[in-house]
Amino acid sequence: MPFIPHTEQDIREMLAAIGADSVDALFDEIPASLQSRPLEGVPAGLTEMEVARLMQARAASDGQPLCFLGAGAYEHHIPAAVWEITTRGEFYSAYTPYQAEASQGTLQVVYEYQTMLASLTGLDVANASLYDGASALAEAVLMAVRANRRTASRRILVPRSIHPLYRRTVDSIVRHQGIELVEVGYVPESGRVDRAALEAAAEVGFAALVIPQPNVFGVLEEAGELCDWAHEKGALAIGLVNPTALALLQPPGEWGEAGADIACGEGQPLGVPLAAGGPYFGFMSCRQSHVRQMPGRIVGATLDSEGRRGFTLTLQPREQHIRRSKATSNICTNQGLMVTAATMYLALLGPQGLERVAAACHANTRALRDALAAVGDDIDVVFQSPFFHELVVRLPQPVAPVLDALADKGILGGWDIGEHYPELGNALLVCATETRTADDIRAYADALREVLQ
Amino acid sequence: MSNLPSDLKYADTHEWARLDDDGLVTVGITDYAQESLGDLVFVETPVVGNQVSAKDACAVVESVKAASDIYAPVSGEIVDANALLNDSPELINSDPYGDGWIMRIRPDETAELDELLSAEEYEAQVSADE
Amino acid sequence: MLIFEHSREGRTAQAQMPAALDSADDIPAHLRRQSAPQLPEVSELQVVRHYTRLSQRNFSIDTHFYPLGSCTMKYNPRACNQLAMQSPFLARHPLAPERFGQGFMACLFELQEMLAAVTGMRAVSLTPMAGAQGEFAGVAMIRAYHDAREDLARTEIIVPDAAHGTNPATAVMCGYKVREIPTADDGDVDVDALRAAVGPQTAGIMLTNPSTLGVFERRIEEIAAIVHSAGGLLYYDGANLNAILGKVRPGDMGFDVIHVNLHKTFSTPHGGGGPGAGAIGVSERLLPFLPVPVVGRREDRYYWQTERDYPQSIGRLSAFMGNAGVLLRAYIYSRMLGCGGMERVAEFAALNANYLMHRLRDAGFELAYPARRASHEFLITLRREAKAYGVTAMDFAKRLLDYGFHAPTTYFPLLVPECLLIEPTETETKESLDGFVEAMCRIRAEAESDPEYVKNAPYTLPVRRLDEVRAARQLDLRWTPTGAVED
Repeated sequence: MPFIPHTEQDIREMLAAIGADSVDALFDEIPASLQSRPLEGVPAGLTEMEVARLMQARAASDGQPLCFLGAGAYEHHIPAAVWEITTRGEFYSAYTPYQAEASQGTLQVVYEYQTMLASLTGLDVANASLYDGASALAEAVLMAVRANRRTASRRILVPRSIHPLYRRTVDSIVRHQGIELVEVGYVPESGRVDRAALEAAAEVGFAALVIPQPNVFGVLEEAGELCDWAHEKGALAIGLVNPTALALLQPPGEWGEAGADIACGEGQPLGVPLAAGGPYFGFMSCRQSHVRQMPGRIVGATLDSEGRRGFTLTLQPREQHIRRSKATSNICTNQGLMVTAATMYLALLGPQGLERVAAACHANTRALRDALAAVGDDIDVVFQSPFFHELVVRLPQPVAPVLDALADKGILGGWDIGEHYPELGNALLVCATETRTADDIRAYADALREVLQ
Repeated sequence: MSNLPSDLKYADTHEWARLDDDGLVTVGITDYAQESLGDLVFVETPVVGNQVSAKDACAVVESVKAASDIYAPVSGEIVDANALLNDSPELINSDPYGDGWIMRIRPDETAELDELLSAEEYEAQVSADE
Repeated sequence: MLIFEHSREGRTAQAQMPAALDSADDIPAHLRRQSAPQLPEVSELQVVRHYTRLSQRNFSIDTHFYPLGSCTMKYNPRACNQLAMQSPFLARHPLAPERFGQGFMACLFELQEMLAAVTGMRAVSLTPMAGAQGEFAGVAMIRAYHDAREDLARTEIIVPDAAHGTNPATAVMCGYKVREIPTADDGDVDVDALRAAVGPQTAGIMLTNPSTLGVFERRIEEIAAIVHSAGGLLYYDGANLNAILGKVRPGDMGFDVIHVNLHKTFSTPHGGGGPGAGAIGVSERLLPFLPVPVVGRREDRYYWQTERDYPQSIGRLSAFMGNAGVLLRAYIYSRMLGCGGMERVAEFAALNANYLMHRLRDAGFELAYPARRASHEFLITLRREAKAYGVTAMDFAKRLLDYGFHAPTTYFPLLVPECLLIEPTETETKESLDGFVEAMCRIRAEAESDPEYVKNAPYTLPVRRLDEVRAARQLDLRWTPTGAVED
C-alpha cells in the first residue's frame, strides 16, 4: 500500500474509536448495488525502482531532435536555479494561499511576478496568471466585452494572422455567450492585418480588436496604428504578445496614443520547459480602471496588525467562490508553480539579460533566414516585413515529406503552416531561439539541401 | 436592533427608499445590511440614465468576502449615483441613511412605494430571519 | 524584502547572459521599446537565497499537516516529479511529430484507459487544464449533445445550494441559467425539490458525490432516474473522488460526464495554486463531443486524435495538449498505486476522516451531520464557541497555524455557520490526527480563558493577521520604488 502509513495496530485502534467493525463498514451509507467489483483495467502496482525503469525507457525512446519549431512554444535556456528552487516542497506542495499568514512565500512571489509582468507589458496591473496563452486570450475577449461599457456590441475582431490553434481555443471557450468572433484577413505581401478588411468588419460596430505582436507568421504589426484605430472606433485594444519579444518591442501599454487596454499571452518562454505542451501559464495585464473586470487571482500588498508589510489575495468578490453565477470567470486557480519559475527566470536575467536573449533570438532567426535562402533560388521568404524570431519560408516541394526526411536526420524543421493557410502553398514556419548555434543553423541548411535534391 | 428611521420605506432585500420633495426617490441599504456585510471595500454604482424595473439588480456592494446586488425598489430612470462612493465606499458603513446613499430614481409611479415595507414590517422580517 | 529592493544598477547574473548583444537594428525604431522593463538587477546567489527564504514562509504538505477540506492535500510522491522531469520529456516540443513522442503518448494513452476504468466511463480526454476547465468541458458537452439532437428548449442547469461556486459560474459560461435546489436536513439533496425543479427546460444537473458537506448522496440512483427521465444529463464534479476511489464508480451511479481533479485524487502537486489538470470522462452518448486532442492507438503506434476524428468535438481548450507534465505525474502515481493501491485510497481516506471526526466529537466539538458517516472529509461547526467566547472559525483557523497545522477550509459550504471542512487524506499518520485534536482542544481552552488571545492569532508566523480591508480599499498590486510600504 504505497504512501499509506497505517500499521495493523493503528487500524484496530482507529476502528475502535469509531465504533466500526471493519473499514468496509465505513462505506455502509453507499447503496450495496453500487459497491464496486474488483477494479479491472488497472495493472498491479510498481515499486519506485520499477516505475523508474519504465519511465526512463519511455523518455529515452522519445529522443531529443534539434528544434527549429516555434509556433507558440519556444525552446529557451532555463537557468538551473529556476527549477531547483521551484520544486522545493514548500512551493511544490502548497496550495492556493487561502491562509495568507501561512503563505507569504507564494503570495510575495506572485506580487513580484505581477510587478514584473505589468512593467514588461507597460500596463498598470497584472493578475496571478491563467492556464495558458490561448485560454488567456479567450478570457481577455470575455473581459473586453464586460469592460467596454461604451458599446453594447459582442463582436470581437480577430485577425487571421493569430495562431489558428489559439483562434480555435477562443471559439470553444466563448461561443456560448453570444460573442461573435469576426475574422479579418492579412495582406499577402506583408503578412500584416489587412486594413481595408478591418474597416469593412468595423461597419457594424465591435467591442474589441485583438492585435498580435508578433503575429503567427513572426511578422511585426503596426501595433500603434491598429491600437489607435480601435480606440477611434470606440472599441478596446487587446494585445496578444510574446514576453521575450517585449524586451525589444514597444510594450502594449505604450502602443499609439493611449496604449492597449488589455495585454495577454503565453508565458512559457519565461523559464518554463516545452514539456509537450504544458503546464505553461497565460499572463494578463490591464489598465487599473479595468481591474475589477479582470478574471483570475490577484495578490495585493497590505499591512499586518503590527504595521508590517504582508501580502494577501484581494478583489476576491469577482471570483466564482463568492460571486458564483455572476463571477468574471469560473477559473479558481492560477498556474502558481509556473509563475514561481517565471519570476525567478526574470530575476536571474534582469532587464539586460532578457534583452540579450531577445536580440540573440532575432539575430539567429535572421541568420537562419539567410542560410535557408542560400540553399536554393527556389526557397522564398514569404513576407517582406520586419519579424521577431520566426518567419515563413516557401519550399519548392510539399512540406510534410520534407519535414519527415529532416526528422530522419534528427531535425525538427519547423511547422507546416500551409496546412492552416492553404493559400500560402508549401509554407514552413521556422524559428531559431538563442539556444541555436551557428553550427546548428548550418546543420539545418545542409540537411535541407540534401533533402531537396 | 439597528437604526431604522420610521420615515423611510424598506425592501425585503434590505434597501431603503425615500420619496423626496423633488419627486425623486433616494435609495440606499439599511443599517442592518451594512452591518451584516461588514467593511465595504467597493461599490459598483448604477449607470445613470438607465431605465430599471422594480427588483432589477442595478448596483453591487462588495466587502472583502462577499458581494451583494442592490435591487431597485421602484421602477423608473436612474438619474443620479453617489460619486463619493467610488473613493469612499465606507460611507455606507458610517452613514447608511445619509452620505452613504447609493442612487436616485425618477419613479414611473410613486404608488409603487406603497408596496414596500414600513420600518416595523422590515424589523419584523429581519428578526424572523435571525 | 522584495527582490526589487535587492537590485543595484549594473549588477547581473553573468552566467545567464548570452555573450554579446546582437544588433536588432533592422527592427524599425517606432516598433521598439524605449525604456527597460522594471526587472531586478541581482546576482544569481541573491536570487537563490531570496526565493529559498520565501519558500520557507509557506506551509506545504511537505512541511505541515494540511487538512484543507475539498482540496485533498495528500503526499505528492517525489518519484512522480523526478521521473516526469527527465530531459526528453521536458524538451519535447508540443508540435513535434508523433515519432518523437511515442513514450510520452503511451503514458497518456494508458492514463486515459486507467481513468476510464476507475471511474466507469466509456472514454477520457486529458486536455482540461484544471477542474474548472473540466467542468466547462463537461457542461459544454451536455450542451453539444442537446444541440445535436435539436433539443433546444433546455436552458437550465440544476445545481445544489451546497455546490462549489465554480458549478454555477461554469453553467453561465456555457450559456445556461442556473436553478438552485436546497439541501435536506440530513445533508442529502432535497429529492422532492429536485423532482419539482426538473422539466423540459432541464439540460442537466451538476453534482458532487460525496457532496461538499462531506457525506455520500445516498439517493443518487433515484436522482439519476429523475434527471434522466426528464431528458437531462448528469455531470459529476470529481472534487471528492478521493472518497470513493476503488469503491464506487461515478459511471455506475448513472453519471454521463465527469471530471477528475488529477491534482487531488491522483496526487499531482498543487504548486501554490496550480497547475492542476481536470481530465474528463464520458458515457457512450457523449463520446462524439470529447474535447481534443485525445491520444489514440493504431496497432502499436500512438497518434493524436483531433477534430478530424471527432468532428462534433466541443473543440480545444488549450493551444496544445493541456497540462501534459501534470498528466505524466498522475500516470506515474497511478502505476505506483496499481489496482491494489487504488482500492486502498478511499478506504484509508475514510478511515482517517471518520477517526478524526469521532475524536473531535468525543472531545466535545459539534458535528454538522452527527448522524452521518464521514466520507473522506467532514464538517464541524464552531457556532457554540463563537457564541460563548466570541471566537470564530476564522480565529480557530489562524491559531491552528501557530500550532503547526494548516487550517481546514473555513466558511465553506456557506450553509453551515462557523464551519471547518476537514480532510485529513489517507497519507497522514494517526499521530498527526491525534496532534490535531489536541491542538483544537487547547485552542478551545484558550478561547475560554483568554478569547482576545485567540482572536489576535497567529503569533509565530512571518506576519500577524493581515488587513484585508486595507488590501481591497487601497489597492497595491505592484511594487514601485517610491510607493513602497515599509517592512
